[in-house]
Amino acid sequence: MTAPIIKIDAISKSFGTFTVLDGLSMQVMPGEKLALIGPSGSGKTTILRILMTLERIDGGHIEIEGEQLYHMPKNGGLAPADERHLTRMRQKIGMVFQLFNLFPHMCVLDNVTLAPMLTKGTPRAGAEKRAMELLDMVGMSAKAKAMPAQLSGGQKQRVAIARALALSPKIMLFDEVTSALDPELVEEVLNVMRKLAAETDMTMLLVTHEMGFAHDFADRVLFFDRGKIVEEGRPDEIFKFPKQERTQTFLRKIIAAGHRV
Amino acid sequence: MEWDWNFVWQIMPTLLQGVKITILATLLGSVLAAIVGLGIALLRRSPNRIVSRTTGFVAEFIRGTPLLVQLYFIFYVLPDIGILLPPLLAGVIGLGLHYGTYTAEVYRAGIDNVPRGQWEAAKACNLSASQTWTRIIMPQAIPPMIPALANYFIAMFKETPLLSAITVLELMNQAKSVANTYYRYIEPITLVGAFFLAISLVSVVLLRFLEHRYGRIER
Repeated sequence: MTAPIIKIDAISKSFGTFTVLDGLSMQVMPGEKLALIGPSGSGKTTILRILMTLERIDGGHIEIEGEQLYHMPKNGGLAPADERHLTRMRQKIGMVFQLFNLFPHMCVLDNVTLAPMLTKGTPRAGAEKRAMELLDMVGMSAKAKAMPAQLSGGQKQRVAIARALALSPKIMLFDEVTSALDPELVEEVLNVMRKLAAETDMTMLLVTHEMGFAHDFADRVLFFDRGKIVEEGRPDEIFKFPKQERTQTFLRKIIAAGHRV
Repeated sequence: MEWDWNFVWQIMPTLLQGVKITILATLLGSVLAAIVGLGIALLRRSPNRIVSRTTGFVAEFIRGTPLLVQLYFIFYVLPDIGILLPPLLAGVIGLGLHYGTYTAEVYRAGIDNVPRGQWEAAKACNLSASQTWTRIIMPQAIPPMIPALANYFIAMFKETPLLSAITVLELMNQAKSVANTYYRYIEPITLVGAFFLAISLVSVVLLRFLEHRYGRIER
């Protein structure tokens, strides 16, 4: 029996008086492709942001590969993690954002090489070689010298995926990566992700409103509502035969809004 | 009173000496203001409340008191506690500190204008705090604020006559001494105005160019 790569144990998170997550627990196995679906404000994006350490948790524990994310061992007990611990843990995790967040003052190639050169001390030549391979994989090697402002949304997002991959994370987080794209540009990004899923054994967590893609892509689908996992299962079970009423209502609304399943 | 061109040519070398000092004071004051402003802006963002509050208070204090009073303080009061500064240095420090509190606001706005997603992307790329500042945030924050900074430097330039109060031999002071020697004010003071106007106009053209070049950033 392999150990889970992500183990979330009773975490809670509030923004002011609004409780987003309340004692949430879940586990992800190595290599698993997980789709997190659910209405806005249900906490699915917050989970990704917590895993990327963009938000702190108010309570609970998270383990990545058996190591505490927000805590570190100290005097036989656990102390809050310091910046050095977080930096080490972040190496295991990469994230792609809804709004791409490319660095606008650098060309595509520099966007991809920056982090390996700064955080791992990779020499420029090696970082550029690897970056060109990654850009090739996402179909963007021809635009290596372009500035982000010259790219379409779909192209930006493919570069952002290459940038996240450049640090060779074990876990990739995709936060509504096609939500900000024009409809005709969605497919080129999804194709890259399909390829990634097929060619690597990376663990992937995906927050999405693309139900059709979630169905094809994921090994397991989690339906979130108000910070809780209402239902989980294989894509077929969730999309074809949802058991919970809230899941059924949500999927009906999504289909009515024109999303494919 | 008649305008006397011969007198103009006679005093010109002295006034040009003053112009040199005025420009030097402005340039050094601008560099100092740029550095002080960045320092204040960064300290005000410190997570340590005591540091950020104290910096905010000091900046507010400097901004709320006249530059002339500050110059007197630096040049005439500090010697009482053993800090004796040459006039030009005292003037540059006064200008730099005073305008630093204004440029700090420019830095603050520039830094705040960098979208939150850039900070988050930097974190997702596992950059350290200093790498995030130097590689991601400042390169995006500084170009759009160059026109606003240049505006303050031009304003500072026009305030340099205040340095005459602490015996700096800048343009205004030279003109006054010439005038007091020959009892003629019309030529020296008119020339002071003309020099300031000429340099300001050139600066404004330069400022327009900077606005065009750096005013916006493509995303």
